[in-house]
Amino acid sequence: MSAAPTTETKPAPPAIEKIKVKVDGREIEVPRLTADWSGKLMPTTMIQACELAKTDVPHYCYHPKLPIAGNCRMCLVEFGTPALGPDRKPILNPDGTPKVVKSPRPAIACATPVSPGMEIYSNTPGVKQMREGVLEFLLINHPLDCPICDQAGECKLQEYSVDYGQSASRFVEPKVHKPKSVDLGPRIMLDDERCILCTRCIRFTKDIAGDDALGIINRGSFNTLTAYPGKAFDNNYTLNTVDICPVGALTSKDFRFQMRVWFLKETKSVCTSCATGCNILIGSREKKIYRYTPRENDAVNGPWMCDYGRLNYKWIGREDRLTKVQSPKSKVQGQPASWSSALTEIAELLKKTPAGSVAIIASARQTNEELWLISKLKAKLGAISDSVSRMGEGDKLLVSADKNPNTNGAQLTGIAANLMGANLPKIVEGIRNGKIKTLIVFGEDVTRHGMGADLLGKLETLIVSDILPNATTKLAHYLLPGCAHAEKRGTFTNTKGRVQKFMKAVEPPGDARPEWEFLHDLVCNVTGQDGFLTIEGLFNEMANAVSALNGLTWAGIGDAGVTVKI
Amino acid sequence: MPSEYRLILKYADEPGYTPDIECYLRHGGYDALKKALALQPKDLPDGAKRSGPEQIRQEVMASGLRGRGGAGFSCGLKWSFVDRKSGKPIYLICNADESEPGTFKDRQIIHKDPHQLIEGMIISCFANDVHLAYIYIRGEMPDGARLLNRALQEARAKNFLGKDILGNGYDLEMHVHRGAGAYICGEETGLIESLEGKRPYPRIKPPYFPAVLGLWMCPTIVNNVETLCNVKHIVAMGGTEFAKLGTPNNTGTRIVSLSGHVKKPGCYEIEVGRATIGQLIFDANFGGGLRDGRKLKAVIPGGSSAKVFKAGEKFKIKDKEVDMLDLPYDFDSLIQAGSMSGSSAIIVMDDSTDIVGALANIAEFYAHESCGQCTPCREGSLWMSKALHRLTHGEGRAQDADYLVKIADNIPGGRTICAFGEACAWPVQSFVAKFKDEFVDKGAADEERRAKKSKGAGPGMEMKLAASQQH
Ligand SMILES: Cc1cc2nc3c(=O)[nH]c(=O)nc-3n(C[C@H](O)[C@H](O)[C@H](O)COP(=O)(O)O)c2cc1C
Ligand code: SF4
Ligand code: SF4
Ligand code: SF4
Ligand code: FES
Repeated sequence: MSAAPTTETKPAPPAIEKIKVKVDGREIEVPRLTADWSGKLMPTTMIQACELAKTDVPHYCYHPKLPIAGNCRMCLVEFGTPALGPDRKPILNPDGTPKVVKSPRPAIACATPVSPGMEIYSNTPGVKQMREGVLEFLLINHPLDCPICDQAGECKLQEYSVDYGQSASRFVEPKVHKPKSVDLGPRIMLDDERCILCTRCIRFTKDIAGDDALGIINRGSFNTLTAYPGKAFDNNYTLNTVDICPVGALTSKDFRFQMRVWFLKETKSVCTSCATGCNILIGSREKKIYRYTPRENDAVNGPWMCDYGRLNYKWIGREDRLTKVQSPKSKVQGQPASWSSALTEIAELLKKTPAGSVAIIASARQTNEELWLISKLKAKLGAISDSVSRMGEGDKLLVSADKNPNTNGAQLTGIAANLMGANLPKIVEGIRNGKIKTLIVFGEDVTRHGMGADLLGKLETLIVSDILPNATTKLAHYLLPGCAHAEKRGTFTNTKGRVQKFMKAVEPPGDARPEWEFLHDLVCNVTGQDGFLTIEGLFNEMANAVSALNGLTWAGIGDAGVTVKI
Repeated sequence: MPSEYRLILKYADEPGYTPDIECYLRHGGYDALKKALALQPKDLPDGAKRSGPEQIRQEVMASGLRGRGGAGFSCGLKWSFVDRKSGKPIYLICNADESEPGTFKDRQIIHKDPHQLIEGMIISCFANDVHLAYIYIRGEMPDGARLLNRALQEARAKNFLGKDILGNGYDLEMHVHRGAGAYICGEETGLIESLEGKRPYPRIKPPYFPAVLGLWMCPTIVNNVETLCNVKHIVAMGGTEFAKLGTPNNTGTRIVSLSGHVKKPGCYEIEVGRATIGQLIFDANFGGGLRDGRKLKAVIPGGSSAKVFKAGEKFKIKDKEVDMLDLPYDFDSLIQAGSMSGSSAIIVMDDSTDIVGALANIAEFYAHESCGQCTPCREGSLWMSKALHRLTHGEGRAQDADYLVKIADNIPGGRTICAFGEACAWPVQSFVAKFKDEFVDKGAADEERRAKKSKGAGPGMEMKLAASQQH
C-alpha cells in the first residue's frame, strides 16, 4: 500500500494568528498574514479582508497573483482605527468598546494592511463618489467602442460603469488619441486607446514570465503602453496578458473577432500539450472549439498557461479526423464496419492468441482509465507493453520537458516500462522473429519508432486506434477512431502526480468513440468480466485496483485534482 | 522693519566669494564636520552611552528643523524613522531637483556655495550611518552638476570624503546624478525610482516608505538641499541655539524665492515667521513693492501648487482676524490660512494679471508633468488643462468654472499615489473659488460672442470644441 493521497504536496504551514476587523459594520476574524502574489506571507490587506467578508471591492490594477501596483485607485475605501491615548492604550467609548477614529484620508484596499480593530467602510457615499470619479476619469479618453470590442461581456470597465458610471458624460474636450491596432507580437494586438494603464500586463510579463518586454512611454495622459521599441512581444506566455487585461486593450490574434464570449460554453478541462497539465476552460460553441483559457489551480498552474498549449487545439477540428471503424472485411468492401462487429471480431481474435504473442503500444496521451483498461487486457493476454516518450524543452515557469500529458498514468497502470520506451526494441525483435503476431497500437505512429511498414507487414493482426491518420493507421487491419480529450471525460496524472479530471466539451465527429467506452466493451468480451459503464464507476474501480490511486473517487478529486504519491 | 537673516546664504553673495573649497575653508568651512567627527560618546544617567552620531540626531531633533522641500516635515522625526536594524545599508539622497514653479533657492546654494551642501550632507550621513549618498540634481541645471562634481572632487582630495575621513574611521562616498527634465523626479519616491534607472513613477506608501524600503529597497533618507545645509549649522551652533531662530515650531531660517510683479524679485533669507507676506512683498529690504501704479491681486505663497491667496482675503487665526498680507511667513500660519509655505516660493500677481490665463498656464504645467501612473491625476490634470485652454482660446462656457472645480474635486485628498494630485488640483480649486467671477465672465463672454457669430442660430447650435492642445 502506498501512502494515502493528499491534496497538498507540502506540509501544512504553521497556524497564523487571527485579528479582528470590521467590514461595513460586520466583525470578522482574518489572519494577520496572507500569502501574497509570490506565496510569501505578508500582512493581510484590506482587499483580502473584504474578500473574506464577501464584500466586493471594485478594482482594476489589483490581481492576487501579481505584485501590487496601486495605480488605478478604483479600490479606495474609507477606514478607521482604534484611537490611542497618550499612554498608547486604546481610548474607550462610554460603553467600554474601543473608540475608532475615521481616517481623514482614504486608502487603497489593495495595498493597505489591516490592523487589529480596524474598521473598513466600503460603501459610504464618500467611497461611492471616489469610485464614480475614478470611473469617469477612465472613461473620458476611452473610445467607448464596446460594440466592436472583443472584451465586451468580460470587460471590467463596462461592468463597473453599470454600477458607478454617470450616464451623461460632461467631458466636452477632444479625446487623447493613441495608437490603435498595434501589432505587439505574433499573437497579440494592442489598442492603446482602450488601455487603462493598469500595468497588469507589464507586471505579469516582467515578474511572472521574466521578460522585461512591456513598458509605458510618454507623460501624463499621454502614457502609452508599448513593447520595447523594435522588439516583438514574443515569449511563450504572452496570451496570459489578454486574460488579465481588464479591458479590451490586449486581444489574442487567434481569438479576436471569432466569437462573442457570451455565446461560448465553458468546459473544465486540462491541457494535454505537456506533463504539467495546466487546468483550462474550453470555450466552444456547438461542435467547434474557439479557445482555451487557463483555469486557476494553485497546485498546478496558478491562473496561467503557456501560449503553445493554449493554441494547440485546432487539430481537434481537423477535416481529416478518423471517423470510421474499419475491419479487414470492410477495408476490402470499401465500407465502414460497425463498432459491434469490429469489437466482436477483435475479441474473438484476441481470445485465441497464445500467451506472449500479443504486444501493446499504448500512448501516454491516453487517460488513466483507458490505460488501466488496457492493462487488464495486457494481463489477460500476457502481453508485453510500452508507450512512447516525448521529451522536449521545459522552462522554469510551467512547461514540462515531458510532452506527454500522462506519463505517470502510463507508469502507474504498468503499461509503460519504467524507462518509457525500453520495451520497444523487444517488441520490434518479437515481431521480427515471429513471436509477436498481434500488435495493438493506441494513438502512436509506430512507424516512427522502429516499426516500419515491412516489419508491421509480418504481423497477423494490427489493431490501431487513433484520432488522426498516419502511416500506422494506414496499415491497420482494424482501425478504431478515438476521441480528443475535449470530446470525452477522464483523468490524467501530471508530472507531479496530480490526478486531474477533464470534462467533455464537444461531440466527437462521425463514428469516433471515447476509447474508454470501446475498451470497456472489448475488455468485457475478452475477459468475460463486466465492468462499470460510467466514467465515475470506472474511475472508482481503477482507484481500488491501482495502489497509488487507492482511496480516490471521481467525485472526491473535484475540479482541482488530488496529488498522489508517484 | 524686519530684515534678512542670512544663515545659509551668509557668504553666497559676498563679493569675491567663490564656490571652490579654498574659499570655503577660509570662511570656516568643514569646521562643523570636524566638530561632528570629534564628538565623544556621552555617558547617560542610566549608564548607557550615546554615540557621536546619536548626539547629532538628538541635536537635529532639538533644533526643530522642518524640511525645506515642501512638506515641512520634522527632519529629526524623519531620521528617527529610519530602519537601523535591517542590516541593509542606509542611503541618503539630497533632493536637488528644485522644479516647483517659482522656486529658485536651492540653486543659489549649489551654484554659489556647493561645499556648504556637501558638508551638511557628510554630517547628516555620519549621523545616520550612511556610507553612500547621492545628490539628485535637476537635469536643467548642468552648471550646478558640474560645480557639485568639482566640489566633490575637492572634498575627496582633502579627505572630507572617501575612506577613513579625517582619520576618524568613517567612510563615505557621494555621487551626483542628473535628472532628465521631469518635475515628478522631485517627489522623493519618484526620485528613487529614477535613481534606480526606471520611470519616475512614485511608489505607493504603504509599503514603500523610504525610511524602510527606499533606494534598492534599503532604508533611505531624502532631504532637500536647504534642509541638509541647515544640519551643518545645527551642529555648529547646537540644536537649542538653532531653535531660537525663527518662531516656535517654525525654527531656523528660510530662503524665500520671491517672484512675479514686485520691484525686486529674488531670494531672501528670513527667520521663519519673522516677516509677513506683506513685508516680503512691500518692504524695501525685500520685494520693494509692486510696480508703480499697480494694485495687488493675488499671491501664491508656496510654489505653484500652493492654494492662491486673494488680495484682501482675511483669515481667522487664533481667534484673531488676520489679513492675508499680515500672515507671518512660516509653516503653521499658512496651513491655518488654508494654503502652505511649500517650497517657500512667493509668486506675486498684480491687477494686470489675467487670472484665468495664469491658472491655464499652471494647469498646462501640471498636465505636462503628471507621471501618468494613477488615474485621477493622469486624466484629471489634462482634462483641467484642456478646459482652461478652451477658456483662454475663445471657446469658454459660463459653466466652466463649476466644471473645473468638479474635475479638481475628484483628484486630491489621498485619492492619488503622490502629492502631485493635490499639487495639480489645489490651484484650480483655489483660483476658481476665489476668482469665480472672472472665470464665469470669461466663459459667458465667449458664449455671447459665439452666439452672435452664429447669427442667432439659437441654443441648439452646439459650439465646436476644436481647441486642441499639444504636449
Ligand atoms: C510633485 C512633487 C514634487 C516635489 N519636488 C521637490 C523638489 O523639487 N525638491 C524637493 O526638495 N522636494 C520636492 N518634493 C518633496 C519631496 O517629496 C520630499 O518631501 C522632500 O525632498 C523631503 O525633503 P525635506 O524633508 O528636507 O523637505 C516634491 C514633492 C512632490 C509631491
Ligand atoms: S493593456 Fe490592459 S493589462 Fe496592459 S496596462 Fe493596458 S489595460 Fe492594463
Ligand atoms: S505548460 Fe504544458 S500543460 Fe501548461 S499550457 Fe503549456 S503545454 Fe499545456
Ligand atoms: S499623483 Fe500624478 S504624479 Fe503622482 S503618481 Fe499619480 S499620476 Fe503620478
Ligand atoms: S486596485 Fe488599483 S489601486 Fe487598488
